Amino acid sequence: MAEIRNFTMNFGPQHPSAHGVLRLVLEMEGEVIIKSDPHIGLLHRATEKLAESKPYNQSIGYMDRLDYVSMMCNEHAYVMAIEKLLQVTPPLRAQYIRSMFDEITRILNHLLWLGSHAIDIGAMSVFLYAFREREELIDCYEAVSGSRMHATYYRPGGVKSDLPDNMPQYQASRWRNKKELKKLNANRQGSLLDFIWDFTERFPKHIDEYETLLTDNRIWKQRTVGIGVVTPERALQLGFSGPMLRGSGIAWDLRRKQAYAAYEYLNFDIPVGLNGDCYDRYLVRIEELRQSNHIIRQCVDWLKQNPGPVNINDHKIVPPRRVEMKESMESLIHHFKLFTEGYCIPEGECYAAVEHPKGEFAIYLISDGANKPYRLKIRAPSFNHLASLDEMTKGHMLADLVAVLSSQDIVFGEVDR
Amino acid sequence: MANVENLKLRLEQRYSHFNFISQIKAEELTLEVPKENLRPLCIVLRDDPELKFEQLMDVAGVDYFQHGVSEWETVQASTTGFERGVQRENFINPPISAKKNRFAVVYHLLSITHNHRIALRVFVGEEPLFVDSLVDVWSSANWNEREAYDLFGIIFENHPDLRRILTDYGFIGHPFRKDFPLIGDVEARFDAAQGRVIYEAVSIEPRTLVPKVIRTDHCEGQEKNG
Repeated sequence: MAEIRNFTMNFGPQHPSAHGVLRLVLEMEGEVIIKSDPHIGLLHRATEKLAESKPYNQSIGYMDRLDYVSMMCNEHAYVMAIEKLLQVTPPLRAQYIRSMFDEITRILNHLLWLGSHAIDIGAMSVFLYAFREREELIDCYEAVSGSRMHATYYRPGGVKSDLPDNMPQYQASRWRNKKELKKLNANRQGSLLDFIWDFTERFPKHIDEYETLLTDNRIWKQRTVGIGVVTPERALQLGFSGPMLRGSGIAWDLRRKQAYAAYEYLNFDIPVGLNGDCYDRYLVRIEELRQSNHIIRQCVDWLKQNPGPVNINDHKIVPPRRVEMKESMESLIHHFKLFTEGYCIPEGECYAAVEHPKGEFAIYLISDGANKPYRLKIRAPSFNHLASLDEMTKGHMLADLVAVLSSQDIVFGEVDR
Repeated sequence: MANVENLKLRLEQRYSHFNFISQIKAEELTLEVPKENLRPLCIVLRDDPELKFEQLMDVAGVDYFQHGVSEWETVQASTTGFERGVQRENFINPPISAKKNRFAVVYHLLSITHNHRIALRVFVGEEPLFVDSLVDVWSSANWNEREAYDLFGIIFENHPDLRRILTDYGFIGHPFRKDFPLIGDVEARFDAAQGRVIYEAVSIEPRTLVPKVIRTDHCEGQEKNG
């Protein structure tokens, strides 16, 4: 008689729905998963070790590259840790700008998640719609920092520079006639804030479009309802945070519970799921899109009315302005010291956490009084979420693994660090 | 956030028999726990209804090998600069910190019920580095402990599946230890003759571009030690 054995299967690291470089070793009984063992680390770049060899400010750019779809939120945790140890508080305007860009980032992240989640499950068009909206938000990134992805916009003590008064416009080219150009630039006539305001006017209708495509879609529900269920107790045990925790019905949001930046002045709701399945996590994230839109509008409103400094006035931490450097020797020295040596942080340690689009993203920073971090530990939400993959997929079909995996919203820059 | 002072007081009154040293800095409570008391204390922290630390957020290995050691003395220096060229000696025999305990594990706990956080620091002691695993207390310890094992070589006793997690298959060494060079030991390349990827000793030279300096007179809001 033939011996019956489980089938061991390799999934990834090059697989379109592995969300980057995930290698899964699956033990299968027919089409049912008995065990899944994620092999991670294929994108390990030792960010934490690299940060130990650089002055503090030079590592901000590395933070962008952790979770490379929610760049500014990563920076936020890092600069918050530095500010906590330096005991400085950025001006309120900088706090509002950070809150606004955190929410823009959240929309960016959730849109990418929505598009790729849908495409994993088999709905193509959502992806295209999601990227249409992402484009405009990435333009906002570009307008403030000059970079469309890896912004390095948040700095200890504030942000790099104030919001621009003019929104960059599309230029004439061989491929665009005047009429098209005028249409493209129609909402770019005012400042960046006007542009963002215009976006928030339109965005709720776009969310409705995605929902029309998915929320009551029979196939969508068949693929997600009751798949990858996590009870609230297990969610806590497994170290879940963010939409994964809220999807399991626990109303926990750091923006509300341990408010940072300007969140204590802002109004928003915390959506929670009921069943803790993929469908609930989808609904939670969709509602978060609406809430983020609501928060951005409040920030735009406040920022329009309250001009002011966006950096602290301490040139040991924040570089002096160019003009000052040309005129004052002190400023020149400050600039030179800041960029060659950086600043020293008093000995100590701290844990700074933000509500990242994926969950609790935190930086545990140990300083020994030097100009470089002694130890930097990045608490990445996706790392803990991916660790639960085995438990979430046990007994499911292979095709459901893909739905569960993408409902976790994994990004490998952050899992592997 | 709940008051950390109250939390500290409550812990000290009720659980002083665990012999921890508590400290509050920047509104964060850190307990330094003796290695043997870690697991029992964690169970108490999780189950006491007034503490209720339901979540283990993070496990961080720390290597205090060069803590407080700077690469460039700046207190008296006025005529010496920092050599940015390749200096092998600095990497072969690095200056060592005066700290007795080299390795520590730091656990970050979160209570969702009471909205407070706590950090536990455990010094691991001499090699071989053993510390109790917390996988049966919080499931999230699993991968986090694997990571600390991989990067620092700290062995978590009774861990169900203590394998390397982030480094390459067949990797040698624990890369986040301070005596592990930043450039690594080996580099990989494709060898056309053998038709496969081979590993060789690194060819690049280590160098420090920005020296690590420790200044106490530098920042505002910092205690001036003179």
